[in-house]
Amino acid sequence: MTNRLDNALSFHQAALNARAYRQQVVASNIANADTPNFKARDVDFRAALNAALGGKATDTLPLVTTAARHISGASGNPLDASLKYRQEEQGAVDGNTVNMDTERAAFAENAVQYQASVTFINGLLRSMQIAVQGQ
Amino acid sequence: MSMLNVFHVAGSALHAQSLRLNTTASNMANADSVVGSDGQPYKAKQVVFAATPLAGPAAQGVRVTQVVDSAAPMRLVYDPKSPAANAEGYVTMPNVNVVEEMTNMISASRAYQTNAEMMGTAKSLLEKTLAIGQ
Repeated sequence: MTNRLDNALSFHQAALNARAYRQQVVASNIANADTPNFKARDVDFRAALNAALGGKATDTLPLVTTAARHISGASGNPLDASLKYRQEEQGAVDGNTVNMDTERAAFAENAVQYQASVTFINGLLRSMQIAVQGQ
Repeated sequence: MSMLNVFHVAGSALHAQSLRLNTTASNMANADSVVGSDGQPYKAKQVVFAATPLAGPAAQGVRVTQVVDSAAPMRLVYDPKSPAANAEGYVTMPNVNVVEEMTNMISASRAYQTNAEMMGTAKSLLEKTLAIGQ
């Protein structure tokens, strides 16, 4: 029974994780809008959602390890494999590729999507409560 | 917890931008300081930003790596009456470009504003998350 409740919520939990991860990436872009040679990045959301759902990350290429103490080279967070560099729209002399309008739009959009996920979870919980109370 | 990293990232940016605002204020205030604490004319200061990873590769904060003296040539003003004038009657004035400093100030304050807004968004999202199921 609890397993089923878990299953119902796990997708939205993964979506929430991926959204929070993207929020952090876009925040880094905005914070580094004046840093020379900083390259703006974003998340391949399909890959991020897959990674958050526990599926295999698409683009990881782990190092071959022959001893127990070798470092695998893969980062701890499976979402890190979904990071991609943004295509440059308008180059700057200092090598920075952050476009503030794009980033602000992405930040706002992602925030709304995050709230949507939270609303979905709240709705699911409410319907479960109604089902449990049977009234 | 990825959303908390937004606070760290935005916080580092706030710190870096306020430092930039500080140097701008210092440059503007000393635009006519003929003698600094070292006996030399004041030199315009510039901050150098660098991205710094905070938690994993996704959260990149900003750090001020150093504050450098501007390499612009010093301003020479003809004023033979001044005690600081050289043999030809020229006084070496600071190399502060006031127009440049003004644009720098506006850019820094806008960047500060954006990052503060970003913190507000992250806060409201976290509050919504904490209220799940209530």
